[in-house]
Amino acid sequence: MEAATSTRTPGVSQPADLWPGAVQPTASPEPAKPPAILVRALVKTYGPVEALRGLDLEVEPGAFLTIFGPNGAGKTTLMKVLATLTRPTEGSALVCGHDVVREARAVRERVGVISHNTYLYAQLTALENLEFYARMYRVRDGRKRALALLSKMDLAKRMHDRVATYSRGMQQRLSVARALLHDPQVLLLDEPYTGLDQHAAKVLAEVLLELRDGNRTVIMTTHNLEEGLAGCDRAAILVDGQLVYDTQVKGIEVSSFRDTYFHCVRGELGQA
Amino acid sequence: MAFFSQAWTIARKDLLTELRGASTIISMVLLGLLVVLVFNFGADPGVESAALARSGVLWAAFLFSGVIAVGRSFASEREAGCLDGLLLCPVDRALIYLGKLIGNFILVFATGVVILLFFTVIYNVSLGLGWLGILLLLVLASVGLATLGTLFAAVAAGVRARDALLTVFIFPLLVPLVIAAAHTSTLLLDGKGLGAAGFWPWLLVVYDAIFLAVSFMVFDFVVED
Repeated sequence: MEAATSTRTPGVSQPADLWPGAVQPTASPEPAKPPAILVRALVKTYGPVEALRGLDLEVEPGAFLTIFGPNGAGKTTLMKVLATLTRPTEGSALVCGHDVVREARAVRERVGVISHNTYLYAQLTALENLEFYARMYRVRDGRKRALALLSKMDLAKRMHDRVATYSRGMQQRLSVARALLHDPQVLLLDEPYTGLDQHAAKVLAEVLLELRDGNRTVIMTTHNLEEGLAGCDRAAILVDGQLVYDTQVKGIEVSSFRDTYFHCVRGELGQA
Repeated sequence: MAFFSQAWTIARKDLLTELRGASTIISMVLLGLLVVLVFNFGADPGVESAALARSGVLWAAFLFSGVIAVGRSFASEREAGCLDGLLLCPVDRALIYLGKLIGNFILVFATGVVILLFFTVIYNVSLGLGWLGILLLLVLASVGLATLGTLFAAVAAGVRARDALLTVFIFPLLVPLVIAAAHTSTLLLDGKGLGAAGFWPWLLVVYDAIFLAVSFMVFDFVVED
């Protein structure tokens, strides 16, 4: 089965020696704006385990990149480095031009994170949760902003209810509201569909599509190929701590990409 | 001012969470009162060293109930990954520690006051002006317990046997605090002033200062993944 063809992917490494059948990206002109995300030779080890192995990645502002990969590929580790939750062992990562180690606070001001963990306090109400985070992010008119987001996420009627009484889908929508409080330039979505039923997943997908205003850069990690490819304009595959495939999504069939995904994961890309 | 305002935001959130859950506060108060009551029945009131024994009871009750409070201080952060949510905020890690410390101090001190009141009733103690000295002692002891407890609760937060680990870490380090507090309160319960306690109250002040400084310095490394 032929692998899906990789189209032009500015500034992203795609080692042909790993995947002989992969198409080399053509040279591209330098982007006009500095990249929203710039990762160079990123290594992260946890004791003897190498979670990220010399990863290179460049994401232009306003792009929506979905990173696929099996369990243990390093997706969550990459997100944690970009979110400044953990420091790289080697290499560098810049978010909106700020180094994740030396300028961590500047990075946190510009990044919003949506994860399979909601980061919500169960004993607080939805409004109290958002007001708390608005104060921590020093959002001007925090209460007003919280009310506006609750309305946008269709949670206004339940805003005085404790989060413990919310369904998983409602908690995830509230988590999106929390991540958007400070109007971040970069959104990191780490497997946001985990634990959601089909209806809740559909609602979340609609919400995430609305976030695509061209100014906000979005990076999502997921196992689910259909959900991951919907709405994104670039897809990459991370295996064993390295990016092994990267492509623009326009015109790609899910079935074709699925074959490529399994080939990458099994290391069969390019073999007869 | 924004620094302290945000630290108070964290403390207020913790106190609100505990008040709504209530289980921690109830456990703290009940355990403290139980210790006072049980030791009262077990001790012989005619023993010469009764004053020191009473002090020991008071601080044992304070210690056991206080460790419950600090042990729970990161419980709400463990749910739904809230500690990561806090660490994602663009604030100094020291601010997070300060906020948790303030919340723990208020819980520990308030419970200490309840235990002290119960203690004075059960042991028929009349403090008079000694109340001021005892309350100051309680403040210093609460700062020490909250300081160490908050730090080690963060250390133990990611570990499975966190409650046992916290106890193993914290009790040996609290020995100087308990000894100083017990010696000082023995004199206060006997009607003597703080001045008669010599260096013991100062030991508490130095103890608090050292562990506060160390905790602020290392907290960043403790919570980092």
